[in-house]
Amino acid sequence: MTLAFAAALPARGFDVELDVAEGRTLALLGPNGAGKSTALGITAGTLRPHDGHVTLDGRPLVRAEDGRTRTWVPPHARQVALLAQEPLLFPHLSVRQNVAFGPRSQGAARRAADAAADRRLAQVGLAHLADRPPSTLSGGQAQRVAVARALAAEPRLLLLDEPMAALDVDVTPELRQTLKHLLAGQTAIITTHDVLDALLLADEVAVIEDGRVVERGPTPQVLSRPRSAFAARIAGLNLLTGVWTGGGVRTPAGEMVHGHDPGDGLAAGAPMTAVFRPAAVSVYLDERHGSPRNTFRGTVRSLEPRGDLVRVRTDHLAADVTPQAAAELSLTPGTRVWLSVKAAEVDVYPG
Amino acid sequence: MRKHRRKHVAAGIAALAVTVLAGCGTSATGDDGADGDTTTLTVFAAASLQGSFEDLAEQFEDAHDGVDVRLSFAGSSDLVAQVQQGAPADVFASADTANMDKLVADDLVGNPQDFATNTLEIAVPPDNPAGVETLADLAAPDVKLVLCAPEVPCGAASAKVEDAAGLDLQPVSEEQSVTDVLGKVIAGEADAGLVYVTDVAAAGDDVEGVEFPESDSAVNTYPIAPVADGGDEQADLAQQFVDLVLSDDGQQTLAGFGFAAP
Amino acid sequence: MRVSTGSTTGRTGSTTGGAAAVGLPRWAFAPAAVGGLFVLLPLVAMATRVDWSSYWSLVTSESARAALLLSLQTSAASTVVCLVLGVPMALVLARCRFPGIDLLRSLVMVPLVLPPVVGGIALLYTFGRRGLLGETLEVAGLQIAFSTTAVVLAQTFVALPFLVMSLEGALRTAGARYEVVAASLGARPTTVLRRVTLPLVWPGLLSGAVLSFARALGEFGATITFAGSLQGVTRTLPLEIYLQRETDPDAAVALSLLLVVVAVLVIAATRQGRPGRSVL
Repeated sequence: MTLAFAAALPARGFDVELDVAEGRTLALLGPNGAGKSTALGITAGTLRPHDGHVTLDGRPLVRAEDGRTRTWVPPHARQVALLAQEPLLFPHLSVRQNVAFGPRSQGAARRAADAAADRRLAQVGLAHLADRPPSTLSGGQAQRVAVARALAAEPRLLLLDEPMAALDVDVTPELRQTLKHLLAGQTAIITTHDVLDALLLADEVAVIEDGRVVERGPTPQVLSRPRSAFAARIAGLNLLTGVWTGGGVRTPAGEMVHGHDPGDGLAAGAPMTAVFRPAAVSVYLDERHGSPRNTFRGTVRSLEPRGDLVRVRTDHLAADVTPQAAAELSLTPGTRVWLSVKAAEVDVYPG
Repeated sequence: MRKHRRKHVAAGIAALAVTVLAGCGTSATGDDGADGDTTTLTVFAAASLQGSFEDLAEQFEDAHDGVDVRLSFAGSSDLVAQVQQGAPADVFASADTANMDKLVADDLVGNPQDFATNTLEIAVPPDNPAGVETLADLAAPDVKLVLCAPEVPCGAASAKVEDAAGLDLQPVSEEQSVTDVLGKVIAGEADAGLVYVTDVAAAGDDVEGVEFPESDSAVNTYPIAPVADGGDEQADLAQQFVDLVLSDDGQQTLAGFGFAAP
Repeated sequence: MRVSTGSTTGRTGSTTGGAAAVGLPRWAFAPAAVGGLFVLLPLVAMATRVDWSSYWSLVTSESARAALLLSLQTSAASTVVCLVLGVPMALVLARCRFPGIDLLRSLVMVPLVLPPVVGGIALLYTFGRRGLLGETLEVAGLQIAFSTTAVVLAQTFVALPFLVMSLEGALRTAGARYEVVAASLGARPTTVLRRVTLPLVWPGLLSGAVLSFARALGEFGATITFAGSLQGVTRTLPLEIYLQRETDPDAAVALSLLLVVVAVLVIAATRQGRPGRSVL
């Protein structure tokens, strides 16, 4: 295994064991204050554990016993890069200089560092912005530059601390796709509130509650059969599988699902999954038309309260609507409805 | 001695503050005579007169029931400027004739009379590290000498003495005032400084004085005069204070502080 | 969620065109104007007392030129010393957590509230011939008393807190998040300092340096107490002004105005050099 993590910080009620295998991505799920950031902090070297150890590729990064640090590798020597909620691009450096920062700091010549930067910028599709100052970028662009910068440092381990949390919802699918590509083969840990991130980006999921790992396993398994309260609460996504047709995903039932373009290189007939949130689904009594929409026929099977909303379940999909909407539509089990979701709200990925 | 001096300083500052505040009022002097019992006599005196004039003021108050003497000490040129701006002074005692002459020229004072003289003396730290015995010793290159700047009266006097002795003194610093020169000697930063006899007397054990014959070439004369402004009663009182300073008792008090007779 | 104050300020600053001063009560203008006059009027009053016909000859006299040159040289030197000592001090105060650091921070600021004369006396007892370190220094062949070095020491003593305070504030506002990111990219602490921290707090560093220079330029009390006063060696412009006041008030006023002009020029030059709004 690549990363072995077992650390306790009693002052924060934190006691967690984790491991991440070479080239795999682990998602840390959990509510605010559960200890996700503490785990990242101890791994990155911004926090000292009271007890325990962190080992990367067999090299101890930190080892502590009863408050005494026995081994300590400073953050800069850990080969652990950090991507935070906010891009935190150095405002006094150009986009290229930002991305070249890691290679330069590790001793690369300016020319080589710039070349590496340009390569990484091309990977996130922002090569044309290389000479711009960060202040001129949009939030989504800045975060993609931050991703390029973190990867340009060639880290053994990449830590992503809720990388989408500070972004507008309409740019997160794009960044998610970018990360999906770039995290392939990269050992990484991502903390998130969002089950979509886990589903799309992570091979494995660990759910942390109150500083303890309460559940862990392969992502599909944890999300389809959640055992912890948190996993159960965040699961319940609409998930449709099918094959790639070039423009969308065709389900075995013959429904076409259009979503965010997953990128080039997909052969027709490849197995695909489309995912979207119940909250993104609208319910109608008649069919709606409009190019960016996907519509699905269904019969209401159940209605259940879910916070301020009502969850409407059909045979294979779920929609969250307001109680007013449920009343206006006179929804009851047995009502025939059309479910509609914008293509922009649908994530499509291979697998 | 030092404690004593500090009390005087505090009294001087208080007096100055009162004077300044009084200066904001419309009438110049005696404006707090309203209670009918006390009369105030305000004396402006050169800073070097502080100790002696505080004693003299006490004597004057003892001899004059219901008279309150307020003292204000500062550099002579500062005091001249204050009187010119209308500060409420009844008596002015200057450390040199030049400053008194300014007020005479402006017709702001009565007839000035010389009441004391002061001469220079070499001040050295108690252990006299440079072994200074004569004025000529000050010219030695390894002696750290501090003088007053030629722009201020004590510096002018120093220059006069230097010329008379035919010496070329190389001070490491030319200070703003006698106090600054004395301070550097007391701290041991300087090996020697030229200050007034009265300053050495006032400094007590902190410094030692070395007299030198060439000091005769720069004798500083202190004149005193009643300030012309003010009513008859005030003028009368002011003249009485001047008379006290010139009297045998007054001269004796001044001699106790190191001043010589004019 | 974790919105930095910096970006908030930046955003406010960028929406300038026709912005309304929300939250500024109308009555605030009157005391603000009085405050402005309180600062400006004495300068104007001083300017009216200048004898302009002789101004040039007064400020170019040998003693005036020597004093101005010495003031500029010593202030520049003490600003350099302030930077060399103050930047690390500010870094330690802003970034380190250890018992007693709050007390340390208060102590570092003491020269701000200390009357400069007291500072001079303290320096005298430290670096003077009979001071704490004086004898050691004398044995080492260093004579500080009455030297230009003493002037620089006095100026540094009073100016250092301005640099430390200004820079520490900037460092706190900037926060350590950029530094954490830089370190995670493999940058050693010195590289982080050089390429990230200092560029980020550059405006704070600059204003701190300017404040230190200005304070050093105006330093009087500690210098006259500690360093003495000799033309070309220790008599800086403020000391020259104070001395000239004794005999030649016109010259004193002329030199005072010169000092004001120099100070204003220094501050204005650095303001101009600042790239718009700070990034912090």
